Amino acid sequence: MSIIEVDKLSMGYDGRAVLENLSFQIKSGDYLCIVGENGSGKTTLMKGILGLNVPTDGKITYNGIEKKDIGYLPQKNVIQRDFPASVMEVVLSGCISRTLGPFHSKKDKDRAISNLKKVRMDDYRKKSFSELSGGQQQRVLLARALCATEKVIVLDEPVTGLDPIATADMYSLIKEINNNGITVIMVTHDINSAIHQASHILHISSNSSFFGSVHKYIHSDIGSDFLLTKCPCDDCAHLQKGETQSV
Amino acid sequence: MFELFSFGFITRAIIVGGLVSLCAALLGVILVLKKYSMIGDGLSHVGFGAIAIGAAAGITPIYFAIPMVIVAAFILLKITSNSKISGDSAIAIISSSALAVGITVCSLTGMNNDLNSYLFGSILATSHSDALFAVILSAIIILCFFLLYKKIFAVTFDESFARATGTKTGLYNMIIAILTALTIVIGMRIMGTLLISALIIFPSLTSMRLFKNFRNVIISSTLVSLFCFFAGMAVSFCFDTPTGATVVLMNLCVFIIFQIISKVVRR
Repeated sequence: MSIIEVDKLSMGYDGRAVLENLSFQIKSGDYLCIVGENGSGKTTLMKGILGLNVPTDGKITYNGIEKKDIGYLPQKNVIQRDFPASVMEVVLSGCISRTLGPFHSKKDKDRAISNLKKVRMDDYRKKSFSELSGGQQQRVLLARALCATEKVIVLDEPVTGLDPIATADMYSLIKEINNNGITVIMVTHDINSAIHQASHILHISSNSSFFGSVHKYIHSDIGSDFLLTKCPCDDCAHLQKGETQSV
Repeated sequence: MFELFSFGFITRAIIVGGLVSLCAALLGVILVLKKYSMIGDGLSHVGFGAIAIGAAAGITPIYFAIPMVIVAAFILLKITSNSKISGDSAIAIISSSALAVGITVCSLTGMNNDLNSYLFGSILATSHSDALFAVILSAIIILCFFLLYKKIFAVTFDESFARATGTKTGLYNMIIAILTALTIVIGMRIMGTLLISALIIFPSLTSMRLFKNFRNVIISSTLVSLFCFFAGMAVSFCFDTPTGATVVLMNLCVFIIFQIISKVVRR
């Protein structure tokens, strides 16, 4: 069953259309990578899914989840890296909509610690967020996103600016999270990793968009153009013509 | 020195000033971290213009200034969140225009004598109603901080995450704007239009030299702010210096001390 259904969605800002007539479905447990050129509307779409921006036309339906139950890891430059906060304070802020009351409950704290363990940052609880490395900060923010959700997590360019080792760490953590049953939606420019990590690809482009499994994407025209390699396999000749228009 | 307390206006000034320092320090942490530091400066200038107009029109200045400054706070927050217009230049335009209006009104109505006290503050200016107002305001602000602590942290740290997880961030920004406007209107009579924004910016910046987590920054800011106010008050009595300016200089000294300590500690 699909948990997020996007139907004939159009979005834009300042009177300018960014996305037009986009439809796709995300099923529980999927690992979807959203790719496309700069300015194609990846981040705009993600903001629509999170409910931060309102669609100009079409709709997004949620089945079995609420908009506010989606965890979110924003783009790197959105967060103030020098903000005076401890790692624990940052992760706890992922629990804001869980409990009422002015301060965080014991349950919130347990949840924060267990998520810090998942990203292997629990030894850094009392450390200052601003003094961590870029990769460590990303992992802390991933733990925060996990505090906000049990079902769906949205990641906006999670590896941009990270060194190769931190990038590999981040990908393996995301894969682990996905294997634990959390649906992953990731906006990325790192197309070569995306096709190894994801189960589905959404390629947004002003001319034609693609939505489907990674396998179909690799064999599609739009995919092979973007990957800068023509797929050499025997199936491609007929697949390329047959399935690229699926969106 | 204790005989000074027998004068009603001094007791009032100390109460109001202390409470305003406390409120400004708490709000200041949020404003500085949200990069809204200059909003305090802009609002105090609007407050000055409004007080001058109110006084000229014969309305109790503070009752006229409060709604005006709240409106200005909304406009400034809206402009700052709209990426098309640069927030700092908008603040500069509004604050210098409001200052110009205030000075023109003062000179047209022959209030030039009061001008000095409006711009640089005067402890003689605190009335009974100011004192009552300051007590109520600080009670509200402290209560808000206590009740909304985790929301305030979340909205200050990452507004879009807070919004995505179901927090009404617009509402919190509005509450912060109103509380800031009220704090500035009450505080500017003692501290002066040109100096009140220091109470907002200094304590949190000072605290961030040394403290690296949010809770400690908040606690340290309130303590620094209260200390600087009372110490500044005492120095200004002893050496007959202007109160507002002395409090600001005290804040500057503590800032430099914290800066030096942080450099030494890090070494």
